Amino acid sequence: MEKFETVTGIAAPMPLVNIDTDMIIPKIFLKTIKRSGLGVNLFDEMRYDRQGNEIPDFVLNKPQYREASILVAGDNFGCGSSREHAPWALADFGIKVIISTSFADIFYNNSFKNGMLPIVLPQEQVDALMKDAEKGANARMTVDLENQIITSSDGVEFPFEVDAFKKHCLLNGLDDIGLTMEKESSITAFEGAAAQARPWV
Amino acid sequence: MTAPKTLYDKIWDAHVVDQADDGTCLLYIDRHLVHEVTSPQAFEGLRMAGRKVRAPEKTIAVPDHNVPTTLDREDPATMTEDSRIQVAALDKNAKEFGINYYPVTDVRQGIVHIVGPEQGWTLPGMTVVCGDSHTATHGAFGALAHGIGTSEVEHVLATQTLIQKKSKNMKVEITGKLRPGVTAKDITLAVIGATGTGGGTGYVIEYCGEAIRDLSMEGRMTVCNMAIEGGARAGLIAPDETTYEYVKGRPHAPKGAQFEAALAWWKTLFTDEGAHFDKVVTLKGEEIEPVVTWGTSPEDVLPISGVVPAPEDFKGGKIEAARRSIEYMGLTAGQKLTDIAIDTVFIGSCTNGRIEDLRAAAAILKGKKIKDGMRAMVVPGSGLVRAQAEEEGLADIFKEAGFEWRMAGCSMCLAMNPDQLAEGERCASTSNRNFEGRQGYKGRTHLVSPAMAAAAAITGHLTDVRELM
Ligand code: SF4
Repeated sequence: MEKFETVTGIAAPMPLVNIDTDMIIPKIFLKTIKRSGLGVNLFDEMRYDRQGNEIPDFVLNKPQYREASILVAGDNFGCGSSREHAPWALADFGIKVIISTSFADIFYNNSFKNGMLPIVLPQEQVDALMKDAEKGANARMTVDLENQIITSSDGVEFPFEVDAFKKHCLLNGLDDIGLTMEKESSITAFEGAAAQARPWV
Repeated sequence: MTAPKTLYDKIWDAHVVDQADDGTCLLYIDRHLVHEVTSPQAFEGLRMAGRKVRAPEKTIAVPDHNVPTTLDREDPATMTEDSRIQVAALDKNAKEFGINYYPVTDVRQGIVHIVGPEQGWTLPGMTVVCGDSHTATHGAFGALAHGIGTSEVEHVLATQTLIQKKSKNMKVEITGKLRPGVTAKDITLAVIGATGTGGGTGYVIEYCGEAIRDLSMEGRMTVCNMAIEGGARAGLIAPDETTYEYVKGRPHAPKGAQFEAALAWWKTLFTDEGAHFDKVVTLKGEEIEPVVTWGTSPEDVLPISGVVPAPEDFKGGKIEAARRSIEYMGLTAGQKLTDIAIDTVFIGSCTNGRIEDLRAAAAILKGKKIKDGMRAMVVPGSGLVRAQAEEEGLADIFKEAGFEWRMAGCSMCLAMNPDQLAEGERCASTSNRNFEGRQGYKGRTHLVSPAMAAAAAITGHLTDVRELM
C-alpha cells in the first residue's frame, strides 16, 4: 500500500445522505477479475445514463471536480453490502480522503485497508467544509494526517480524531501484508534456518 | 522432557516464524498452489502495491476450473468470455511474476491438487496452501495443507507466510481391513456420515489405523480430499514407506543425498505415544459398505443396501433440510437406493481423477457396455493421468463401453466449464460435493466411488458394485 502523505487537493461536495455501496459501485461490476480499473464505474448509475453518456449535473462530471481527491459527503456514507469493490472503486478514481458525519462500519474499515482516510467530524464542521468544497477547483483543502488537521481553502483548521494504530498503518503504507513485511527479518531468518534444516524444500 | 506431540503439532512447530502474545502465529508456507479463479485480484493487488512474489520457485499455477475438457479446447471459442479472461489472466500473471506454470497446452496440466503431488511439489512435513478448499488433499503426504481466501492468497504471494491460529487435534481411526469392493471414497464418505459436515469444524484431523495404512497414496489423497466436507481445516496422514515410495523420483522431489536427508526428517513425522487429541472418532473397516449419498449434503450418506430416509428420521433443523433434499433430489422416503435411476455418470475430480480411480472403474467396465441413453464421461485429473490410461489400455475400455474420454480439468465437479447437468438430470459422480446446483442448475448428484460409478453406468441405476465383481 502507498504511504498516506499529506493530501492537498480538490474536494467534491456530495451532500446526499446514505450513499450506499450499490451507488458507489453497482453489482454488475463485481464479476471483474480485478480490483483496479473500477474507477470508471464509480457511482455508475448516478454518473452515466443508460446509453453510457455522462450526466453533466453529477458532481464528478463537472469540469472543476473531475480531479477531486477528497469527498465531503452526507451522513452514513458507505452503507449497504460489505463489498470491498466500493473502496476499490473510490481509490481507483483517485479519492484519498472522505469527510462525513458518519460512515458504515465495514466501509470505514475497508477504506483504511485500501489506503484511504475516512474522517468523521461534527455536523457544523462538515457543513463548513461542504461550503468550502462548493467553491470549486480553486478551493483546495489540505489534509495533514500526521498532525490530524484539515485546513480549508481559506486557512481555517479543523482537527480530527483517528485510531492511533490505523494512523500508523496509513502513514507507513501498511496493510496486513505490509505489517507482515515489517517482520521481514524474521521471515528471512526463518528461511535461512529452514534452508539449512530442510534444503530440499 | 518435551510433551508428546501430534503430527499436526510437529509440522506446525516447524513452520512458526513469529508468535504474538495472543497465540496468533506467522506460519511459513512451503508450497503455494494457484488456479485461475481465486487469484486474479491477488496478483492485481501485488501489482498495485508494486510488490513481487516473494518465493516464485515455491509457487505453482495451473488453470483447471474453467478449462473445457473437449479435444478442441485450445480454440478460444470453446470458452465463455469471462472464463477466457480468467484463464488469460493466469497466463499473464504466471509469466509476469515468474512462477511455475502448467498452461492448458502442457501435458502436465490438470487439476491443481492432482498436479502438485504428481510433480513432486507436495512432500511430507510441508505447509501447503491454495485458494481452494480441497487443498486438504495434500494432507495425504503428512503435509499441513488447507484452503485460503483471495486476500490470503495475496498475503502468501507477497510474504510466503500466513497469519494463523492453531486448530485443535482430532483423530479419526479406521481399524481393521476393508472388505472387497469398498474403497477410500467409501471410507471418507462414511466418516462424514458419522461425524456430520460440522464434525471437524475447528480441528485438523489425523487419519490413522490399519485400513488407512493399507491404502495407496492415491487412496489416502481421496480420504484427505474430503476432510473439508467434514468441516475440518485440514486432514493428515503420517508418512510411511508407501509415501516415500510414491514421492521418490518425482520431478520436484529431492534426489540422492538430499532425498536421504529428507527421509531422515520425514521418519520423525508421526504422532508421539500419549499425545493429546481433543476428539477421537473410530470406525471399523470391516463394517464400512460401499456408500452413496442420497441428499444434497455430503453427510447424507447411506450404505448402498439402504433406503431413502424420511425427514422424520432426523432431529432438529435437519428435518427440514432432509425434506428439502428429498424433494430437490426427486426421491421418495423408503425408496430403495438401488432403485434410483441414473442418466449421467461422471468419473473425475481431485477426489477420484487419478490413475487408480480410472483402473478401478475400468475393471468393472471391461467388456461391458453402458446402459442405452446413458451419458457417461471420464475426465482424467491431469494430462499425465490421461496419457498413462491410454498406455494401459484403459481409455479403450472406457470408449468401448460408451464413455466419453475427455481432457483434464475440474469439469463437471463444479460445472464452471461447459460440462454441466441439465435441469433434473441425475448423476452418479465421483466428485466431492452434492450441493444443490453444484453440477448444473437443478442437477442431482449422488456421490460414489469410481467403481460404483462404473456399476451405475452399466445398469442405469445406483448399484452395489459387488454384484458386478
Ligand atoms: S475438481 Fe472439483 S473440488 Fe477439485 S479443485 Fe476442481 S472444482 Fe474443486
